[in-house]
Amino acid sequence: MGINVIKPGMLTTVQDLGRFGFQKYGMITSGAMDKLALRLGNLLLGNEEDTPALECTSIGPSLLFLEQQLICVTGADLSPAIDQQPIPMWKPVVVPAGALLTFGKPKKGWRAYLCFYGGLNVPKVLGSASTYLRGAIGGWQGRALQKGDQLSFCKAWPQESSSFKWRMASSCYRGLDNKIIRVIAGPQHALFDSDSQQRLTAGLFTISSNSDRMGYRLESAKLYLREKKELLSSATTFGTIQVPPDGQPIVLMADHPTTGGYPIIAQVATVDLPLMAQLPPGAKIQFALITMKEAQSLWRAQENELHKLKLSLALKYGE
Amino acid sequence: MNKPESVSYYPLGDAAVVAVFSEAISEQVNHRIRLVGAGLDKLENPAILEYVPAFTTITVYYNPLSIDFAGVVEQIQRIVTALPEEIHFSSANKVIPIWYDGPDLDEVMDYTGLSKEEVVRLHSDNEYIVYMIGFAPGFAYLGGMDSRLSTPRKPTPRLKIEPGSVGIAGAQTGIYPIETPGGWQIIGKTPVRLFDSTKEIPSFLAAGDRLRFDPISKAEYLRMKGADYGD
Repeated sequence: MGINVIKPGMLTTVQDLGRFGFQKYGMITSGAMDKLALRLGNLLLGNEEDTPALECTSIGPSLLFLEQQLICVTGADLSPAIDQQPIPMWKPVVVPAGALLTFGKPKKGWRAYLCFYGGLNVPKVLGSASTYLRGAIGGWQGRALQKGDQLSFCKAWPQESSSFKWRMASSCYRGLDNKIIRVIAGPQHALFDSDSQQRLTAGLFTISSNSDRMGYRLESAKLYLREKKELLSSATTFGTIQVPPDGQPIVLMADHPTTGGYPIIAQVATVDLPLMAQLPPGAKIQFALITMKEAQSLWRAQENELHKLKLSLALKYGE
Repeated sequence: MNKPESVSYYPLGDAAVVAVFSEAISEQVNHRIRLVGAGLDKLENPAILEYVPAFTTITVYYNPLSIDFAGVVEQIQRIVTALPEEIHFSSANKVIPIWYDGPDLDEVMDYTGLSKEEVVRLHSDNEYIVYMIGFAPGFAYLGGMDSRLSTPRKPTPRLKIEPGSVGIAGAQTGIYPIETPGGWQIIGKTPVRLFDSTKEIPSFLAAGDRLRFDPISKAEYLRMKGADYGD
């Protein structure tokens, strides 16, 4: 029972909110690139926020449902449909047994999250169901989905059929049209020459096609240190913007190595990581510098919105 | 012994603090960082999520919804202040058996002008210290290699290095725990599994460990590798 993978899509992996507590052993955290979309998808189904779901990249999979299930699609709009009928995102949808869920043209964003009521039944490795592709660790057999895979659910959706007349308030998820990414100055920001510091916020940066879950390479005017300096390796994190000697910055994403030795010019604010994760190759962005305190209060505001949503959902599912 | 330098703190984004202990690598700095890690373990503060020790820094990840930057710095500084000025630390001693039969052994011999026996002796006679784990799961940055073994990285990295490969890159030596591309000069391989995600502590090595390499024969390598050697 569960789902049968008819087409795997471009890169479809099982992800939750990541594998934490083992970075001191070099273990990559992985987890959803757009954690907010995953959390919202799960909340809308009444799940725990970190329930394992599918991250579907650009070209989504085709999945045959072997049993009825309640799903919710969030994040990028990759034209989800059930038996060729488009379905709405950001709300629970019942998929009947025998139905085929497909994705079509990517309309907006790069990563859709397909969440299932109760979640996917995959074993946890070091406390997480997330897939770390390079290490072949976690998720579904440590790899992306392939044709013929059959994944089971943790729970069945018990109700005959249901219609959900509500959908999520849009204030919880920023529109993907925004191309301004807010960043905090990094530990080595002051070591860059003043032209480079200016270019960081004045210039346009293009997401290179050589970008993946590990990092986004950016094409831009080059950024240079005042004087060459070899740094000792130190820890990095999701959103760290490091600059190798070629002057082209790299934004570290969900599968980033735990440590690195390149100078860090800036760090993406946590609230803007979802937006970053949804940028397709070729997208042009601009950085805006904010303070650490501003980034934290934006984060707090986001969590307050989510808390309100949780309360109203508890009423809907709790009845 | 020099008095330890004071610790400086700076933010890494909105959810991490980097504590810098020194500008230069030393065993003393490594020990101090290790003790701060142990102190953080004892805190059991749910707002302090995890930490990553490195050569001269320790980075502490926190939840800014429950504690602020200054609060984390205060917690770390309290541990730092309580550290003894001179640290005597008992480290875990680990032994890694190696079959010195790597594809780049000849290149290392050519570059260094040493015989195979000399390479093996110099590499296995030393005691190494694990300064940090990073780059890949379970990958240890080791200090203490004899400088006569220094050999530059390969001009073009190999696309695939098998797990357990022991290599030299410049003045460093190390072991690849998982299959990955890499440019190090491979001089041997170990049957020891350095990273096992099914274990509670997944990495065989941890920052602060001391280790020795123990030369073994092909037969011993195959025996230790057990049923896995069929490739």
